[in-house]
Amino acid sequence: MGFKWFLLLRLVRMFITLSAVLLITIALLGATMDDILKRNAQLSVIEQVSQDAKLNSSFKNQQEQQRYVNNQINARIHAQGLDEPWYSPKSLGTKLFKTMTLDLGNALFLTSDSGSEKVSNIIMEKLPNTVLLFTTSTIIIILIGLYLGSYSASKIGSFLDKFTSASAIFSISVPTFFIGMIMIVVFAFVLHIFPSRSIPLTNPSDPRYMLDLLYHMILPLITLILVGFGGWAYTVRYYVINIFNEDFIAVKRAQGISERKITYSHALKNAAPPTFLSVALLLSSSIISGSILVEIVFNWPGMGLLAFRAISVMDIPVIIGLTYVTTLIFVITIFVVDLMSQYFDPRVRVG
Amino acid sequence: MSVKTILKSDFLNKFRRLKSGIAGVTILFVLIGISVYAAAAVPLDSFRQWNNPNYWIKYPKSAMPAWTNLFSSKKQPEQLIKDDAIVTEGSLQGVKNITYTYKFAFNYDFFPNDFMLSYVVQYGSIPPIFDVQLGRPDGESFDLISSSLPSPQGTHYVFKDTLFSTDSQIQESLRNYIDRYSYNVDVTRPEVMIFSAKNNPSVLKGIYTLRLTFSFFDENRYDKVLNTEFILGGKVFGLLGTDELRHDLTTGIIWGTPVALFIGLSVAIVSTFIGLFYGLTAAYKGKKTEPTLMMIVQIVINIPVLFILIILAITIGRSIFLIVGFFTLFGWVSMALISRSMGLQIKSYAYVEAAKLMGESDIKIIFRHIIPQLLPFAFATIALSVPSAILAESGLSFIGLGDPTIPTWGQILHDAQSSDAAARGMWWWIMPPGVMIGITTVAFVLISRALESIVNPRMKKI
Repeated sequence: MGFKWFLLLRLVRMFITLSAVLLITIALLGATMDDILKRNAQLSVIEQVSQDAKLNSSFKNQQEQQRYVNNQINARIHAQGLDEPWYSPKSLGTKLFKTMTLDLGNALFLTSDSGSEKVSNIIMEKLPNTVLLFTTSTIIIILIGLYLGSYSASKIGSFLDKFTSASAIFSISVPTFFIGMIMIVVFAFVLHIFPSRSIPLTNPSDPRYMLDLLYHMILPLITLILVGFGGWAYTVRYYVINIFNEDFIAVKRAQGISERKITYSHALKNAAPPTFLSVALLLSSSIISGSILVEIVFNWPGMGLLAFRAISVMDIPVIIGLTYVTTLIFVITIFVVDLMSQYFDPRVRVG
Repeated sequence: MSVKTILKSDFLNKFRRLKSGIAGVTILFVLIGISVYAAAAVPLDSFRQWNNPNYWIKYPKSAMPAWTNLFSSKKQPEQLIKDDAIVTEGSLQGVKNITYTYKFAFNYDFFPNDFMLSYVVQYGSIPPIFDVQLGRPDGESFDLISSSLPSPQGTHYVFKDTLFSTDSQIQESLRNYIDRYSYNVDVTRPEVMIFSAKNNPSVLKGIYTLRLTFSFFDENRYDKVLNTEFILGGKVFGLLGTDELRHDLTTGIIWGTPVALFIGLSVAIVSTFIGLFYGLTAAYKGKKTEPTLMMIVQIVINIPVLFILIILAITIGRSIFLIVGFFTLFGWVSMALISRSMGLQIKSYAYVEAAKLMGESDIKIIFRHIIPQLLPFAFATIALSVPSAILAESGLSFIGLGDPTIPTWGQILHDAQSSDAAARGMWWWIMPPGVMIGITTVAFVLISRALESIVNPRMKKI
């Protein structure tokens, strides 16, 4: 099968995944959301009518007023398409289409720092913070991992090799949020070096805001690196060892090329494609799953903390929006990774 | 090779040779031991009533572990919960006196936080008189309370009361003793005044005696004291201390063990076997079924699980069984991939072909020839899935979406986070649950490494 087929198939799969996630989300939250929207419509109509003195005096009696209010409510519910249940094809279709085109609607309770009620604005305001923290930490993790992994691959059984294996176990067995809490106890409470809360005190418009943000970022950054580097170094070690077993490395050795050069230029270079692919996956999955927990611990003003707030007040449009945006990031990353793996290694075929 | 031979000969022998596997199994046995201890010796109420504040009212608030005293020259008072009074009964001119005497040593360098006295008395027509007297190590004796209990309603009236150290009556009584001290004392803090030395504002160490006397004037045989209890509020408590909500953390950590093992193991076992059969079906059916089934696997892999889990927890429910179900929903895919590729391989082996030609049914071939080959991989996958299930549960609990009715390690960390324990330096609240999560997952990671290097010989040299 050719590249076009490959591309098409992956695109279809991406679309199906997105739709599936959205369908699950809407199926679970749609009914609650409709209830809340209906109640909001009712409240706003009642408030509007009760404030309009001229309109109120035109009613002959209570019943007439009640009838008028009910008609208004029904009209508004119909206008918003709420008279049909969430699973009716029309309302489901509109909702799916709107969300997919990033028209995420208005939040119920939350607003962005600049006061906007639009979900997309709220999310876009937090997205850079999450990306900043997790991209920085991932890059540092990759650098440490590449060095440590290839070094331990070249010297199996050495102290550093054992250290790599131990930190790999540490990586997959200790919750990041727990290490975060310990970091706060040690560095904020005992040593008073870093602040325990990550939201900077300076105003975002202030030029010193960026510096303040970076200062507040140090503690979550150290935490992410501390927990993350071990697993990554172990992955690199695995790939490099596999390359070491290939014949061409034996040839290089026979040619008398130094072990150091073999490790860092030949083996690492050949281990690069799978390594690079894992990097992309690591980055996207760490943004998604790691962000909520780490951002809660450090109060880092990113998407994870936003999700936590949205959950605690049940702001459903924001929850649906966040779910969609994170899925989108994740799915696009996987798509790009697939394309790259096709590019790097033609042996990878559809299937 | 049947399952039995795999398990008995090769497998176990190889496993024994691996140090990491043995370490993992040892930790696992310790954890199982803790779970058994929890079921056998810890009262079940402490599990059921974990989030009922009334159950924990006797315990101190945010107390450090008792052993921290060993590392400081100044000793913090330990919480005393006493109900083992010496009961004496006497009769004088038709008055029946029942005395509950509590003797306790107070050898700490700081004053207690507070104290509490609770009693349950049953009486008939005439209300009894209740006296509380405290004897100090320096020979002084303070009358703290002397009052008549309220009039009874009925002949079997049961009166229940708890006196706190902040009680105004205690403060009033203490005014009589101000002149015994050579400096200014504060009657509004009885817990300080009572335990102060007379000539300097420091703690008076030694043996204290607390006497609770109930005087009954009625010859009624129903008049009796049912129960008394004395609690001296300390700043340290037990093996692991207590949290802001007065939970005894030792109990919470102990109960967290069986819960974590249950979640980890049930999710891992169920999802691994679902994945095993799913992958095998795909491999064995082939044709059009396989691409469809594998497409579903690819889609599930691409879903950001945590968000969906959060939405499931807030809409459907948060009971521990539901949570196990949710995790299983997304946990089976990795085993499905493994079992499909291995199934494809084994399917083409000559002996499977032969069995087919001999007319054995598909089901029989799968169960007799294919699954036994896959079982070691299944065990390795189970061991590897347990840590992720435990971590996922602790993460969900940490967000506050775990089962609210039972104590889990993640929930203890959630409580710690919402009380800002880290910024307040309450390390004893944060360390134990996190370390327990770490130890448990490490045990399974070690076991899975050992299993992996047996079932996948290529891994061994790496």
